[in-house]
Amino acid sequence: MRSRKVVKLLRAVLPADGLVTEPAAAKPFETDGLTAIRQPPWLVALPEDVGQVRRVLAICREHAVPVVTRGAGTGLSGGARPHPDGVLLVLAKLNAIKQIDVQSCTATVEPGVTNLAISDAAAPFGLYYAPDPSSQIACSIGGNVAENSGGVHCLKYGLTVHNVLGLTVQTYEGDELVLGGRALESSGYDLLAAMIGSEGMLAVVTEVVVRLLPTPPAKRVLLAAYGDVEAAAAAVSGIIAAGVVPAGLEMMDALAIRAAEDFTGAGYPKDAAAILLCEIDGGAAQLDEDARCVQDVLEAHGARSVRVAESAAEQAQLWRGRKAAFPAVGRMAPDYYCVDGTIPRARLGSVLRRIGELAEAAGLAVANVFHAGDGNLHPLILFDAGVPGQLQEAEDLGGRILALCVDAGGTITGEHGVGVEKLDQMCAQFGAGELAQFHRLKAAFDPAGLMNPGKAVPTLARCAELGGMHVHRGQLPFAHLERL
Amino acid sequence: MCSASAAPAPALPEDADRAPALVAAVQASVANRVPIAIAGHGSKRFLGAATAGDALSTHCHAGIIDYRPSELVITARAGTPLATLARVLAAERQMLPFDPPRFGGLGTLGGAIATGLAGPSRPWLGGVRDAVLGVEIINGQGERLRFGGSVIKNVAGYDVSRLMVGARGTLGVILAASVRVVPKPATERTLALDCTAAEAGRRTAQWLRQPLPITATCFVAGTLRVRLAGHTAAVRAAAKVIAARPDAAAGGFWDSVRDHSHEFFAGAARVDRLWLPRGAVCEHGDALIEWGGGQAWLRRAVEPVAGGIAQRFRGPGGLASAPASPAVVKYQRRVKAAFDPHGLLNPGLAPSPP
Repeated sequence: MRSRKVVKLLRAVLPADGLVTEPAAAKPFETDGLTAIRQPPWLVALPEDVGQVRRVLAICREHAVPVVTRGAGTGLSGGARPHPDGVLLVLAKLNAIKQIDVQSCTATVEPGVTNLAISDAAAPFGLYYAPDPSSQIACSIGGNVAENSGGVHCLKYGLTVHNVLGLTVQTYEGDELVLGGRALESSGYDLLAAMIGSEGMLAVVTEVVVRLLPTPPAKRVLLAAYGDVEAAAAAVSGIIAAGVVPAGLEMMDALAIRAAEDFTGAGYPKDAAAILLCEIDGGAAQLDEDARCVQDVLEAHGARSVRVAESAAEQAQLWRGRKAAFPAVGRMAPDYYCVDGTIPRARLGSVLRRIGELAEAAGLAVANVFHAGDGNLHPLILFDAGVPGQLQEAEDLGGRILALCVDAGGTITGEHGVGVEKLDQMCAQFGAGELAQFHRLKAAFDPAGLMNPGKAVPTLARCAELGGMHVHRGQLPFAHLERL
Repeated sequence: MCSASAAPAPALPEDADRAPALVAAVQASVANRVPIAIAGHGSKRFLGAATAGDALSTHCHAGIIDYRPSELVITARAGTPLATLARVLAAERQMLPFDPPRFGGLGTLGGAIATGLAGPSRPWLGGVRDAVLGVEIINGQGERLRFGGSVIKNVAGYDVSRLMVGARGTLGVILAASVRVVPKPATERTLALDCTAAEAGRRTAQWLRQPLPITATCFVAGTLRVRLAGHTAAVRAAAKVIAARPDAAAGGFWDSVRDHSHEFFAGAARVDRLWLPRGAVCEHGDALIEWGGGQAWLRRAVEPVAGGIAQRFRGPGGLASAPASPAVVKYQRRVKAAFDPHGLLNPGLAPSPP
């Protein structure tokens, strides 16, 4: 545990400013994007290369010190919350783009490179990296791997797992594993897939090989306004059923529309109950056909108006409201809590209606702005942390919404991860057998259990304490809720 | 192509739920420490079979559990024939993106996932692991477990579903899976041109960097073929860029490459495959090269090259790769033990046997 010897050893292997020991200096590292959860770290290590990462891990292993890996700290589930007696291993300084290989359409990068920097580096070759989480200007690719990050273009282009071809990782035991590479397949177990989305529980990512795609020649954005949320939700399924796979398909409800419009003046109809923002991309010939098809479907489902943005400027304007929706909603209340769950598209209408009912019963406002094409909901619960008990009420409402997602055949997290935020909800999503299997898989990579301890997978005891939720298959969590 | 309203859910073939019997069989094997040799149709037995164990057949555990076309997902039991899936999906103008081989016309969903084999569209529409969203398995302790789900975005828990892909049944008996499906393209057109392997490699690499609606490439016996798929207008526009002659016998050609019924494979006692970075220029003039240069087939033993992976695919002893690094072997063994602590599932087929 905390020993002066460890500090001395770490100082010897890290650059002069590479070890933070003063509580004041460590303050910025006490939280990630989930700011409600704070925990000062014992030590912060900022290595500059893989050799230093390996030496830090060796020292921690030798002295049984917990290690929490952190990229840019934009995660939304507390996955990078420091351990009070551990080393926070910050990989932000490993930020070299090692190679853009135009021949194989791949980029080889260090984990601290930001998501957007990869696309920027590939742009001169007409290529880009497809996953684009909303934090892409700041979030790092190492963090994207840890969380299997998505974004607005997942439906057509996939998540991180579909766009990463290879990883080099360091285990707590000191082994370096090269998983995958620049080829599309690799032999043996798909440990690469196991690593992606593992929330820093299995190993430390020190190199990433990503697949690059040719930049689509053209895009078109359609904005449809609806007087009814369920009609908009039905249009989402209608577009897919018509055989079009949009690059992005986003939905906002009345509260989100008004917030975004007041904030950005994107030109959204403020009297609409819901809007759909549909982006399609491809060659010019295909775009015309797809745009006509999407427009027909939108109108057939009762759209009051459909606007088609053809110029880049007009498209950017329509996206501006969506992209600023979170901060815009943030202006409406002192605090908001962003929930992240996924449901089958066909359930969008009924689940949104039920979320409205739950919000009303809780006396809290909820704005919905989300990736409708993926069925990935992001209800934003507005509250005031200054009012005693409101944070708890908001979290409770979030829990009920996630239980609703599970009941609808969905999942408690679409793209933000479990971290520390959703440990309890994992008890609703999985039974004891699945959780035990997760723990055995974790132990295969980290038998000491000192890599990001206490995150991502709850102990069976914790789930049992929650009232035996889901210990027996078929027994519904939150049984008092109406099943949709 | 385009219809403004969602079609009703299609009728599903008859259910045959054998899960309780399969679970009981695995549990009995666990109790008696008797190994299990898992098989579906046995269509890919040439890749190698378990070296010991009581036969456990999943082919009777068949049927589509859930399919709503507008969700772009189908959930089916492991024994569901690939031909059934293809037929049901085609009725809704959809298909499996990974186009799994059906050697000899057979093959099940479970077998496709366990072997992880994908057809000619692999680089463009994704592999088996890209499409698998959720699985239900029996692990080596006889526990029936469910991972992932039927939605595209899901990051709850480790990605056990994708770990099952290509694991050849050594981590669990696959009972059912949810896989992503894609709309069938409105038009497909195959173009051909005669050239050397090196020229084919250069041209293919060029095409990869452009936003063209390509879904397959194949060089064999001095001819490079490319398949375009998508909207009619988009395919027509791309065909102008590619500038090659139309290839009439197209549909049968791609199926023959996928299923190894093409004459290239005829009578070959030994077939190896080589995975390379896409856009690679394969120097083997006697190879069948597909996947935009990413996969080459040879009718002989082949040595691995830098940045590539060589595998024996057909031949005495079945599928085999060069051994992984000692570090990777260590963790592969531990992952195997995490799912199958007694080593009962498909002995001899794990990637790093103890």
